[in-house]
Amino acid sequence: MDYFDRFAIPHPSPAIYASMVAIGLTVIAILIGLTYFKKWSYLWREWLTTVDHKRIGIMYIIAALLMLFRGGVDALMMRAQTAVPDNKLLDAQHYNEVFTTHGVVMIIFMAMPFIYALMNFVVPLQIGARDVAFPRLNALSFWLFFMGAMLFNISFVIGGSPDAGWTSYFPLAGNDFSQSVGTNYYLMSIQIAGIGTLISGINFVTTIFKMRAPGMKLMKMPMFTWTALITNAIVVFAFPVLTVTLLLGTMDRLFGTHIFSMTNGGMDMLWANLFWVWGHPEVYILILPAFGIYSEIISTFSRRNLYGYTSMVASIVIISFFSFLVWTHHFYTMGQGPLTNSIFSITTMAIAIPTGIKIFNWLLTMRKGKIEFTVPMLYSVGFIPIFTIGGVTGVMLGMASADYQYHNTMFLVAHFHYTIIPGVVFAMLAGLTYWWPKMFGFMLNERIGKWAFWFIAIGFNVTFFPMFFTGLDGQARRMYTYSEASGYGPLNMLSFVGAVGLAIGFALIVYNVYYSTRHSSRNIGSDPWDARTLEWATQTPVQSYNFARTPHVDSIEAFWDYKKKGQPLFKGSIEKIHMPNNSGVPFIMSCIFFVWGFSFIFSMWIPAIITTIAIFACMAHRSFEKDDGYYIPVEEIEATEKDSEVLADENR
Amino acid sequence: MKRKLTLLSLVIGILAVLAGCEPVMVLDPKGPQAETISNVIWISIATMAIVVIAVFALLVYVIVKYRASKQDEDYEPPHIEGNPIVESIIVGIPIIIIIFLSIVTVRSTYEVEATPKGYEDQKPLVVYASSSDWKWHFSYPEENIETVNYLYIPTDRALEFRLYSYGPITSFWIPQLGGQKYAMSDMITTLHLAADVPGEYMGRNANFSGKGFAENIFHVEAMPADEFDKWVEEVRATAEPLTEDKFAELLEPGHLGQMTFSGTHLEFLPPPEGHNHGTKHSHEGEHDTDDAHGDVDTDHSAHK
Amino acid sequence: MKTDNSLPLEYGTEQNKLNILGFWIFLGAEVMLFATLFATYFTLEHRTGSGPAGAEIFEITPVLIETILLLTSSFTIGLGVHAMRLGRKNAMMTFFAVTLLLGLAFLGVEIYEFTHYVHVGAGLQVSAFTGILLTTLGTHGAHVTVGLFWGLFIIMQVKKRGLTPETANKSFIFSLYWHFLDVVWIFIFSFIYLKGMM
Repeated sequence: MDYFDRFAIPHPSPAIYASMVAIGLTVIAILIGLTYFKKWSYLWREWLTTVDHKRIGIMYIIAALLMLFRGGVDALMMRAQTAVPDNKLLDAQHYNEVFTTHGVVMIIFMAMPFIYALMNFVVPLQIGARDVAFPRLNALSFWLFFMGAMLFNISFVIGGSPDAGWTSYFPLAGNDFSQSVGTNYYLMSIQIAGIGTLISGINFVTTIFKMRAPGMKLMKMPMFTWTALITNAIVVFAFPVLTVTLLLGTMDRLFGTHIFSMTNGGMDMLWANLFWVWGHPEVYILILPAFGIYSEIISTFSRRNLYGYTSMVASIVIISFFSFLVWTHHFYTMGQGPLTNSIFSITTMAIAIPTGIKIFNWLLTMRKGKIEFTVPMLYSVGFIPIFTIGGVTGVMLGMASADYQYHNTMFLVAHFHYTIIPGVVFAMLAGLTYWWPKMFGFMLNERIGKWAFWFIAIGFNVTFFPMFFTGLDGQARRMYTYSEASGYGPLNMLSFVGAVGLAIGFALIVYNVYYSTRHSSRNIGSDPWDARTLEWATQTPVQSYNFARTPHVDSIEAFWDYKKKGQPLFKGSIEKIHMPNNSGVPFIMSCIFFVWGFSFIFSMWIPAIITTIAIFACMAHRSFEKDDGYYIPVEEIEATEKDSEVLADENR
Repeated sequence: MKRKLTLLSLVIGILAVLAGCEPVMVLDPKGPQAETISNVIWISIATMAIVVIAVFALLVYVIVKYRASKQDEDYEPPHIEGNPIVESIIVGIPIIIIIFLSIVTVRSTYEVEATPKGYEDQKPLVVYASSSDWKWHFSYPEENIETVNYLYIPTDRALEFRLYSYGPITSFWIPQLGGQKYAMSDMITTLHLAADVPGEYMGRNANFSGKGFAENIFHVEAMPADEFDKWVEEVRATAEPLTEDKFAELLEPGHLGQMTFSGTHLEFLPPPEGHNHGTKHSHEGEHDTDDAHGDVDTDHSAHK
Repeated sequence: MKTDNSLPLEYGTEQNKLNILGFWIFLGAEVMLFATLFATYFTLEHRTGSGPAGAEIFEITPVLIETILLLTSSFTIGLGVHAMRLGRKNAMMTFFAVTLLLGLAFLGVEIYEFTHYVHVGAGLQVSAFTGILLTTLGTHGAHVTVGLFWGLFIIMQVKKRGLTPETANKSFIFSLYWHFLDVVWIFIFSFIYLKGMM
């Protein structure tokens, strides 16, 4: 291939050219807007260089929502293409690229940042900390993720998107069968984002272990913090596997090794194994924080403490352990024999037990409660039946013999959407609505929110329930089209209709943000939901230092006990607070990472070497830098705290 | 909530009607292996229905009974930590269900991984099914014939498919005869099937393998043994012999219609069998004679 | 920052304690990284294609030299940390410098070893076995290289700023890293070289 051909899009279509123009215009509009409104220095000072966990959380949310719509458009294109038999809307190559990017974007660049958004914003507040353990590393995590996402997203206008599925099985993803640079994009951008995630994992485990408020023993942590701890522990152990897997894939594609190739001893089954050794824990990385969010919301809106706290903790620990022992169930059909398959079937189904405990505990939490159906609660209540369907079909898929028939079909697609959408997307929307007032100082409109919920919940079922049937009828996943004679037409059309409903639901959420920004009351106090955990004991919006005085905790629901039983929460007087300085290095370093990844993707070795050196230079700079942070004086804290309700309450 | 439930049941109703037109392929078995799996699926659906109904019923009960609008203004929900008896029940019942399903799984998995029940004492018909982008090649070593993209099989006889691939990982699947299995470039996998009923079935590659994946389908026809033998005779007599050059041409990526040859490619391009530690044949078709070769021509006893 | 004098200098401040715990967790991740590489290596160990097997290319002499160099360096950095705890800045810097020199020598021998492999026809692209062998060794070697620069920066900082809680913390964490690389090497030595030569 001619050198410059690599940069061209291998399969151009008018839609892609239109997107190129749209992207170009948007970028220009943003640049002009920033210049016109003189916002450059604000942007740099307050956001690009921030190390504040709350701002980083908000940036994660913005990025995750952008990626949600990016992945959602992919999804709509897929459902539109398969809505009728022998459709010509997309050709095979384009469809392959679309479902590959849909999977990668949704898992790596939407779900992951969304959970890190909420963990970033909420966890330090819930444990009564000033920030995470390593604020600057936290900024680096975000920017690495962001640059990884951007790198992945330019693939479809420069050089072509990956087209070997989000699992990217070799040898299909090898040079022989995927000649465009698409898979290089996959390898490098996930690598960069993955390094960011790994750093986050280390950061949060340290934070939760070491920075809890006095008196908050491990068994007194709020459930969301517990899930965050376990999730990040899984991240620390699972993501290095991904790092190595992607490294070996990169070696094969760029440096001609024969690790996954078809010749010279390469082993195509190895990629599948390594990928899922990371990939299955990844599923629980996504779902566990969601469980935490539901626990908080269900408890808050049932006006009751969480039922079976100890068994909830035990079940997440057991789930995290089992998550490393089930990877083979993603390829029972690889011929490893009935013994191996039987063992992995049993470990897989065993996960249903701790998950079931959680479902019943939530139901028992609502029992004897006083349930208010706010938007976050609607998502949580909607989650239970939908996720149960996802869970029981998961048990069905876990049965090896039956999986020989479900594997690679739409039944599987239906199953994992039935777990991931209620499990992750509902949780994120619920969490976003729930913590929105803490983040932005006003509430999202309940009426529009409920409309959005119903569109999403019903649209979801209409989209994915038919897939159980087409799957059992032999419709394989990832087919860009099917014949009229197959009879899959009507149910696929129904799926498309449901997908449109989902799209309307998400559009309503966007409208809700716009509407509420304009019309919602700003006078909501610091605890609008009458909630139970420490994050609601801060001012709204939260000050940069979070808590003027460190809270002291005696129970799982310290803030609730403070409100109801009058247990003191803050002791001692206000002291000066040490804060870390902002830094531009994480942003700059991540930009260099972007160029670094781009250079590798196109095998441009000179920029690759220069950027590698530059990355290490940034690290060296950090090593030599003397940065002691700064102190906020007592007077300033007192001035900002004079409106605080909690303080006023205490002085009463 | 009620609105949602009515809508949900409406949707499920519509789907049931739509699906009721004809039985879905996987649950309409035409061979012993598919039948075993179909039974497993029905058992699991029934068992799981209990779980689903229990959860749905509990959920409806709680949200109807304990909603704020139905309660006193000053009702204060109690603080309940948990209850060992309740918690043992919600752990115990799922454990019993999982043990039951585990037994079903293990037994059926061993069953479908072996020669089908009732066919154990028969010599199976061995077919080497290999995939290349985006076709299937079926070699009948004993009959010494080869077909492309279609498969004729005798009914009431055990079938032993030996699967491998000349490209990406593919998955050999005839839903009405049994589950699928991967075909890979590195090793041979074995799939045991049998057809009870004569008829035409859909077979396909179920594992994504690139641009031509959607059309990577093959046609299966099961017929009584004497008809099958007649067909073999006819092919032997009339079909062109498969040459090395011709086969190399067939391996080129693309789609082909149905083709028939006498002779098989196994003679000049042995499949990747045995623990050869990756020192396997290259795709240019070296004439290396490893021990797999003899195996192909004469030994049709069950592999392993 | 407040300094707690009852603890060793490197644990002296809150941030220092966080740094050390964080680094231990990072080492946990590194264990997984190398474990994955080892697992892959064992899977592909005998898949030599048309290339040579381990027994044909491994040479005991350079490997033994590398092992001795790295083990000694782990000992000297231990002495360095000990000197640091006694507050003997110059002794500490000397031991750290010796450690880095030993590391540099290790790297030199490893580079020789790599060129040897390429010479005898066991380059990166030859087979699955050579690919994963050189990737695994290379990953360890890259860690050592990063360590050399990192250690150098730390010596420079100690020289300039003296033994403060901050520099002591960095030195201690660096010593953990260096010991870890030594442990990884012992695994490489036992399960790649010795096993391969037998």
